[in-house]
Amino acid sequence: MNFASLNSAKLASSGKTLPSNIAATHAILDRAEWQRAIGDLRAIDAVFLSLWGADDFDRDGSFSIYAAFLLAEGALVLQHKITDVIAPSYPSLARAFPAAARMERAVYDLFGIVSVSVGHESDQRGWLRHAGWPEGLYPLRRSFDGAQQYPVQSEPYEFVQVEGNGVHEIAVGPVHAGTIEPGHFRFSVVGEKVLRLEERLGYTHKGTAKLFESLTQTEAHRLAARLSGDSAVAFSWAYCAALEAITATAVPLRASSLRALALEHERIANHLGDLGALGNDAGFALGLTHFSRLKEDLLRVNVAAFGARYLLDYIVPGGVAVDLSKTAHALLEEQYRTLAHEVAGLRAIYDDHGGLQDRFREAGRLTPELAQDLGAMGLIARASGVAHDLRIDHPWAPYDVLATQLITQSDGDVAARVQVRFDDLSESLRLCQTLLNTLATGPIQAEVAVANSDQLGIALIEGWRGPVMIALECGAHNSIRRCHAHDPSWQNWPLLEYAILGNIVPDFPLINKSFNLSYSGQDG
Amino acid sequence: MRGITFIRQFGEVILAIAIAPLFAGWIAQCRAWMQSRSAPLVTQPYRMLRKLFSKDAALAETASPLFRITPYVLFGTMVLAAAIIPSLATDLPFARAADAIALIGLFATARVFLSLAAMDIGTGFGSMGARREMMIGFLAEPALLMVLFNASLLYGSTALPSLVDGYRAHPTIIDPSVIFAAVAFVMVLLAENARIPIDNPATHLELTMIHEAMLLEYSARHLALVEWASYLKLFNYACIGFALFVPWGIAIHGSDGGGVLALSIVALLGKLVVAGSALALIETLSAKLRIFRAPEFLAMAFLLAVLGLLVHLLLGVR
Repeated sequence: MNFASLNSAKLASSGKTLPSNIAATHAILDRAEWQRAIGDLRAIDAVFLSLWGADDFDRDGSFSIYAAFLLAEGALVLQHKITDVIAPSYPSLARAFPAAARMERAVYDLFGIVSVSVGHESDQRGWLRHAGWPEGLYPLRRSFDGAQQYPVQSEPYEFVQVEGNGVHEIAVGPVHAGTIEPGHFRFSVVGEKVLRLEERLGYTHKGTAKLFESLTQTEAHRLAARLSGDSAVAFSWAYCAALEAITATAVPLRASSLRALALEHERIANHLGDLGALGNDAGFALGLTHFSRLKEDLLRVNVAAFGARYLLDYIVPGGVAVDLSKTAHALLEEQYRTLAHEVAGLRAIYDDHGGLQDRFREAGRLTPELAQDLGAMGLIARASGVAHDLRIDHPWAPYDVLATQLITQSDGDVAARVQVRFDDLSESLRLCQTLLNTLATGPIQAEVAVANSDQLGIALIEGWRGPVMIALECGAHNSIRRCHAHDPSWQNWPLLEYAILGNIVPDFPLINKSFNLSYSGQDG
Repeated sequence: MRGITFIRQFGEVILAIAIAPLFAGWIAQCRAWMQSRSAPLVTQPYRMLRKLFSKDAALAETASPLFRITPYVLFGTMVLAAAIIPSLATDLPFARAADAIALIGLFATARVFLSLAAMDIGTGFGSMGARREMMIGFLAEPALLMVLFNASLLYGSTALPSLVDGYRAHPTIIDPSVIFAAVAFVMVLLAENARIPIDNPATHLELTMIHEAMLLEYSARHLALVEWASYLKLFNYACIGFALFVPWGIAIHGSDGGGVLALSIVALLGKLVVAGSALALIETLSAKLRIFRAPEFLAMAFLLAVLGLLVHLLLGVR
């Protein structure tokens, strides 16, 4: 691949093609090159995807830090080998790519590798550890025993204080009044107006990255499907795509179309759920009951067509688990027709309801400039006019022949995110119909060979929230050496802190719901 | 005669306490039907009360005696209010002791106690709810007063029984001012009883709550009493509305037969059924207002009530 837009000439020459479902390059850089490359990538507005570490002490006595970016030409994975294993460190990305700040804190918690920033202070508080294991132990190092238990001891965490006359704090969570995932939100408010919001996440850290290393290559897709329950298809597809890229497996046409069908079903189901919940959070319970009914109908169709409500384990390495029957074919056709009709009716109600629109408009505005600067991902970015969609920018099979429409809005408020969901839903229904009409015949699974040791591969799938990424490094004898999963919620959580500024406290649940980010996906 | 009036007074209060939860259950049922959900039983509120009364109460360590006595104060004030409002008959010994302005004072007392109790524990949500409740309260009270003045201009009294008697004695053609006042009253009722569009009684989102946020620390029998007091408050407001705008069927002074009383009970139940479904319809059709729209909403109620007054004075009906 030729990075025409990039100044770092070294990159273009040393980069090697990386196994992936989209065009991807892998380059190993030293410290100075890494620092220069980060600056260059910022200058050309590259999209920052993810940051992760690896412990290669057993192999060549080093740690590695990886950063993945998305450019017009494809994905770029930078690797920097850290040979100082006593005090491992690397130049921070957070100044050029603010979304990296929390990932750097997570890398420290998991590997003990410090990010070093020159000229500005970096946040050195822990992010994922929460005193769940003793300080000075790093779970993703190879020397760490994952079966070991440690007593949890409470440790203080310093929130940023806002001072001033009449300013006070409201602490919300991690346990909430509803049945939702845990996260702590610290509001600094004057009256009802929010001056600052600080999130603290990591309560659902489960050590999935360590768990991956104990699984075989052909069973780990099941763990991937469970990283974030609402993105089961996206993550399991990403895992399988990475493994298939490494092993050069050709997935049958029918299987990739069925996978896309499942991915779009997941998108539709989540949008239906969100649209209902958004109505409910604005006090319009009618929306919740009707959208919930539609979602439930779809989940039942999922059982009939794919064998699982939330499509867990439908996607397996090499293909899909269950073939689509003739009867299911007719069922799906019927389902798409009903959905299109009913959603159009509900959309008219939402659009014409003065009370709802009054709540949606102007609430939780994320300006296009801010979304661009802070690296917003997926649906949230598209609602703020940042037009990125992997299905269009870097289409993989079968999206390369589908001609997906780009859905954007420019207002960046709750109303825009509602509109993007409605439009996305219609477009997904159209894609499903096309996929169904053009479904190829043939096998639904291909044999997957055992990957060679120490092979790195990545895969990017546009899930309903945005691009999910799996970086997979295979070990010897069908084992997994390192598997890094990345949810776009990492990038979008910090944006919520900006979107709420200047809004009032009782509007937060609505704004939060319009983002609907994954706790489990970011906590890992 | 005196004995009968006291029995009637006593009976009215007992009836109010007994059927207030039923009224809340009816609204919940209507709402569920209108939102195409399968509805809970109409007796669900009673089951909830029974469940709560059979539990052990948990109190925060920082709770003061104020926090403990507030549920009883709330329940007491609402029972007293029920005794003043002529829901079945106007010949009530208690009603003579207090007029509608004193009634508003009773509601205000309950509000002050609940708000203080909410702040007593010291959690963020309690004081947030209390703060919002006081804002709604001080905007709703003047509107309610204006509605009552409207009625008192028509019949020359601020005592609710006299209003009903006056209305029944002079069933004049419908005064246009009454329509303005009625709309204003419904708006105040929604705001004062934590209904949509001001508050959402069904929400689980602690940051958006007003009334519910103040109850978060209550449990078991305390919570049961507070909830029961809320049911009674809604029932009382409905009965004020009936007395002011649709007083048909209420037994007035001097009509003491058993048939009259039976008729008044039937009339009350009928009106509750209609009012409950109307409330549920309003709640189903509207979304919750952004909290800073609440002042506009209540200012509108106040304005409508004042317009009613002006209409009455300008048209000079009597």
